[in-house]
Amino acid sequence: MDDTQSTSELRPTQEKAPGFQSWRPYQSAQQCCEPSTHFQAENLSIVYRKHLALQNVNLEINKGCITALVGPSGCGKTSFLMSINRLTDLILGCQVSGRLLINETDIMAPFTDLLHLRRQVGMIFQKPTVFPFSIRKNLEIPLREHGMCDHATLASSIETSLQQVGLWDEVKDRLNQPAQGLSGGQQQRLCLARAMVLSPEILLLDEPCSALDPISSGIVEDLIVSLRGRYTVIIVTHNLAQARRIADYVALFWAVDGIGQLIEHGPAHTIFQSPQHELTSAYISGTRG
Amino acid sequence: MLSPSNTIGETGATLMVWTAVTLIATPFLWLSGDLLWYGWHQLSINFVVSVPQNAGREGGIGPILVSTGLIMTVCMAVAMPIGLGTALFLSEYTQNDQVSGRLIRGSLDVLAGVPSIVFGLFGNAFFCQLLGLGFSILSGGLTLACMVLPILIRTVEESFRAIAQDQRLSAAALGISQRATIQHILLPAAIPGVLVGCILGLGRAMAETAALIFTSGYVDRMPTSLMDSGRALSIHIYDLAMNVAGGNSNAYTTALVLIGLLLIINLSASWITKKWTTLNQLPS
Ligand SMILES: Nc1ncnc2c1ncn2[C@@H]1O[C@H](COP(=O)(O)OP(=O)(O)OP(=O)(O)O)[C@@H](O)[C@H]1O
Ligand SMILES: [Mg+2]
Repeated sequence: MDDTQSTSELRPTQEKAPGFQSWRPYQSAQQCCEPSTHFQAENLSIVYRKHLALQNVNLEINKGCITALVGPSGCGKTSFLMSINRLTDLILGCQVSGRLLINETDIMAPFTDLLHLRRQVGMIFQKPTVFPFSIRKNLEIPLREHGMCDHATLASSIETSLQQVGLWDEVKDRLNQPAQGLSGGQQQRLCLARAMVLSPEILLLDEPCSALDPISSGIVEDLIVSLRGRYTVIIVTHNLAQARRIADYVALFWAVDGIGQLIEHGPAHTIFQSPQHELTSAYISGTRG
Repeated sequence: MLSPSNTIGETGATLMVWTAVTLIATPFLWLSGDLLWYGWHQLSINFVVSVPQNAGREGGIGPILVSTGLIMTVCMAVAMPIGLGTALFLSEYTQNDQVSGRLIRGSLDVLAGVPSIVFGLFGNAFFCQLLGLGFSILSGGLTLACMVLPILIRTVEESFRAIAQDQRLSAAALGISQRATIQHILLPAAIPGVLVGCILGLGRAMAETAALIFTSGYVDRMPTSLMDSGRALSIHIYDLAMNVAGGNSNAYTTALVLIGLLLIINLSASWITKKWTTLNQLPS
């Protein structure tokens, strides 16, 4: 609980809405938080029918930090993310084994309340997936589903969450218009607002900037940085420069003989400056992957 | 740039396309022209509301329209909830390769190909006799419901499947239960498809004769309850044309009314689809 205390002064862009102008590389990555494990994977393996997508992953993720998952296409990054909120349950033929602990609670245990888990763990997909309704309805659906019915409270939660992602000023006059009318970057931020409106503890971001132009991408990136300390963020990215800019920790996945594995994991500066594994140095120097 | 042989090929292709268009358009134009020619002069408000006389040779089609409306209402009232439920079951609760899903889909495909006279005989045996409903609007409507279910279910199921899996995943990722996802996200998104399915089913039911002969019957009086026998438009046409000497002129006019109604039904289906797609389109 004192993580939030110690990090409260490290929220540079939280007060005002993040804009592209305020974007700058985040330098002091390693001092983001008191290391305390929030999420832990033990011997995690994921199988799609016969195909082993991820094998024996052991990974600890610290509370309030930004952890970047990097690695070439098909090495199981998305599968890993989807196992954290057990979205893998919905994929036909997908089996997950091992232990996944959030705050020391095993979420793989039978009778886990999945709705509660998924409320605790928000997720953003690679492609913005707004519901085909109005902007307001997009945010109202999850709120109502989790028991908020009062109009005034709904309206204020919607406003707060849109302000958090810096979207409020852009959309406040068109809340009742279709969300598909927004630009890609705005849609992605709406998705982020929609995930954050439920105040999750962990945010899973699957290549949130890959479909965006540099400006929108910068805005979203700023936003992610502003979450440091308040949320535990796990972000998949193909953009090493981005990982360098925002991540406190980096985990490199690699498909060895078609089987995804965790190759190396550690503080971002260690991974980028003195990688232990040859694959890591090859990947970050761009000679492989 | 174009070699002569190419131009010839071009001309040949154009010719073929136009021949095909003419071949298809001719029967339709002929049919409508014929109906208009022989039926139009009699068409009036009076014809639409008045009671048939002299076995239908004179008078209008008022009670027949009412019976048709009632039969359609029964048909859709029964077919819509069952169709929607089955479609949801097929698209949301079964996987493509699951036995229950395969079984249901297989039976629906068979049912879709069954001639309507067989539905008529089945309706007669099951609803009229076994359930003791007799020749009645209720029997007719229920038989038609069985008949339109396959097409209805298939269209509605398709419209659910057309919704990207992303939507379901993002709903689940927000901790929204499957029931709520269906209710708040999938159903609203599939409404146009559901409506179009219903309208297509309605059109099919409206045009049906054989399934009604043995179930809703011939009686051309104004129905007073669903248990009364009632004559549908298509049966009226059939009867006038085949069994009543001198009924041709009224048969034509009735057919004109029926075609008009079918046209309205189909146009409204495409109107809904169009309206909905523009509504959901990016007004960038
Ligand atoms: N639904 C699925 N069914 C079967 N196999 C799958 C499925 N999803 C992923 N896989 C397989 O699992 C492996 C890992 O996939 P995953 O999507 O996790 O990779 P990724 O690291 O996210 O790749 P990318 O960077 O391209 O998004 C791949 O070999 C892929 O073919
Ligand atoms: Mg992926």
